[in-house]
Amino acid sequence: MVTLTREEQAMLDGEQGAAVAKAMELLIRYADALGAERFVETNNVAGVPGSAPPWLKNYYKDDGGDYRAVFSRFDLDADEVVDVPRMNAYSCHLQGGMDPELWAEQGMTQEAHDNFMSDERETAAHGIQILKTCTPYIAGNVPVMGEHCAWMESSAVVFCNSVIGGRTNCEGRESTSAAMLAKRIPDWGFHRDHYRLGQHSVKVEVPIEDVFDWGMLGYFVGDVVQDTIPVIAGSIAKPSLIRHKHFGAAAASSGGVEMYHMVGITPEASSVERAFGGAAKGETFVYDAAARKRIYETLNSVGQSEDVDYVMLGCPHYSIEQIAHAAHLIEGRNVHANSALWVFTSRAVKATADANGYTKTLQDAGAYLMTDTCSAISQAIPPGTKVAALDSAKQVHYLPAMMGIEGWYGTTGECIDAACTGKWKGRLQ
Amino acid sequence: MSADTLAKPDIVLTGRVVVGGVAEGEALVTRETISGWGGVHAMTGTIIESRHELKGQSFAGKILVFPGAKGSSGWSSIFHMARLAGVAPKAMLFNVTTTKVALGAVVMRVPSITDLDRDPLDLIETGDWVRVDGNAGRVEIWKASKT
Repeated sequence: MVTLTREEQAMLDGEQGAAVAKAMELLIRYADALGAERFVETNNVAGVPGSAPPWLKNYYKDDGGDYRAVFSRFDLDADEVVDVPRMNAYSCHLQGGMDPELWAEQGMTQEAHDNFMSDERETAAHGIQILKTCTPYIAGNVPVMGEHCAWMESSAVVFCNSVIGGRTNCEGRESTSAAMLAKRIPDWGFHRDHYRLGQHSVKVEVPIEDVFDWGMLGYFVGDVVQDTIPVIAGSIAKPSLIRHKHFGAAAASSGGVEMYHMVGITPEASSVERAFGGAAKGETFVYDAAARKRIYETLNSVGQSEDVDYVMLGCPHYSIEQIAHAAHLIEGRNVHANSALWVFTSRAVKATADANGYTKTLQDAGAYLMTDTCSAISQAIPPGTKVAALDSAKQVHYLPAMMGIEGWYGTTGECIDAACTGKWKGRLQ
Repeated sequence: MSADTLAKPDIVLTGRVVVGGVAEGEALVTRETISGWGGVHAMTGTIIESRHELKGQSFAGKILVFPGAKGSSGWSSIFHMARLAGVAPKAMLFNVTTTKVALGAVVMRVPSITDLDRDPLDLIETGDWVRVDGNAGRVEIWKASKT
């Protein structure tokens, strides 16, 4: 059973209001399910508080079917509806359901957009920052090393733990919404030193130079280590934010990787000994040319037709560096009549893309730069899409399965060529 | 099947309680971890992940026996919605505790046990009758095929 401090007991007893008490009740159930003995304080929470499609609101229609009902019943899993005050922790809203301006192009109805805007007003009114992205760390919420966070979004969690040295488990909607009120999260898992140590080795024997290869390596790593912590060494070169972003997102999708170490690269892996907390242990997995080819074939196993009618970039949400690259690749060209190109990012990054003219370059070519969401989250693809091309191992893992379409995985350049020609010409170099 | 449960169970396991309560039903077993968001259709409880060995099968009303959760942090939301849609599993047994599966079990409000004294994946097969006592941390198994 989790032990409460005097302050936590007072919160449970209702000293800070009914909503905080309900939040503590849920967090206690959760801590006991984990086997946690205490809570840590957190003042950095990222989730999807209160946002709900109309059917969920309708489900709670007897309680008023509003934000308050959804937050109480679903987010806090409470048996009664309570008033929800302004959040106590520094809180942000991750990705949402549609682009705030290009929603009609995404096939959303006026009714769905009205619902989206209503939720957004409530989010703002509750003091939650509207970052609307899966990449909060490039949109205004950058944790520091050692900071206890409570984040959702597996690709952001793995980035926070591995690249920054922040501390978060892969939280869910209910735990983050409760943490926004109670500023507490179970002291379990990645909040604790010993849990952050490596468990298996991955030896990389082929050069990993670009985002395309970092994504495939990530997919391999998740597949072999599942939900354990890999220590990766070998020919990993020139790390950058976007390479880590695609690596981690892929590893979190094919397995359940929430933290990784790269020897000499990530902050808690200055050496193999530091990464493992002693001598290397566990199994050793080798990523060589054969493994690379196998992963490429796996990622492309849901591709049959070479007629690409949709190209989606921006999973996880593109950084400004990637938008600049995409704009450069498409400048002076046009998206093919039989295809479409949607690029996804955060509102913060789009503001820079607007200023730099990249948004216009993409528009002039017949592409869209969209924010807030992606095709998997919103389940929005151009009408009649049968075959998509993607530069994200994570997105090719999810989108074809969710939408019942074919999918190709390739480089950003191959994807943009496919958008401009309507044909998939990708191959493993 | 209730007559069967009057007979002595073929196997009894004990473990750590994740969520209390008692439920019994037919087991659905997989050796592959399960993704929630993007891996499960919440309205039907059907596994949709490409290449998953349970693809196309629903866990609605079953005792779900699996290694653990993987993938998106939307795991708990999807299983929470499955509960609202009336297609949650009746109980869960799993091997590896993660925040995803723990929170999912909490909001699904189904009896759940982990850290069992023997590997449930070795002992339980799809179709076996399983009683999960999430108050005592006890699992009783009646084998479908008595070999």
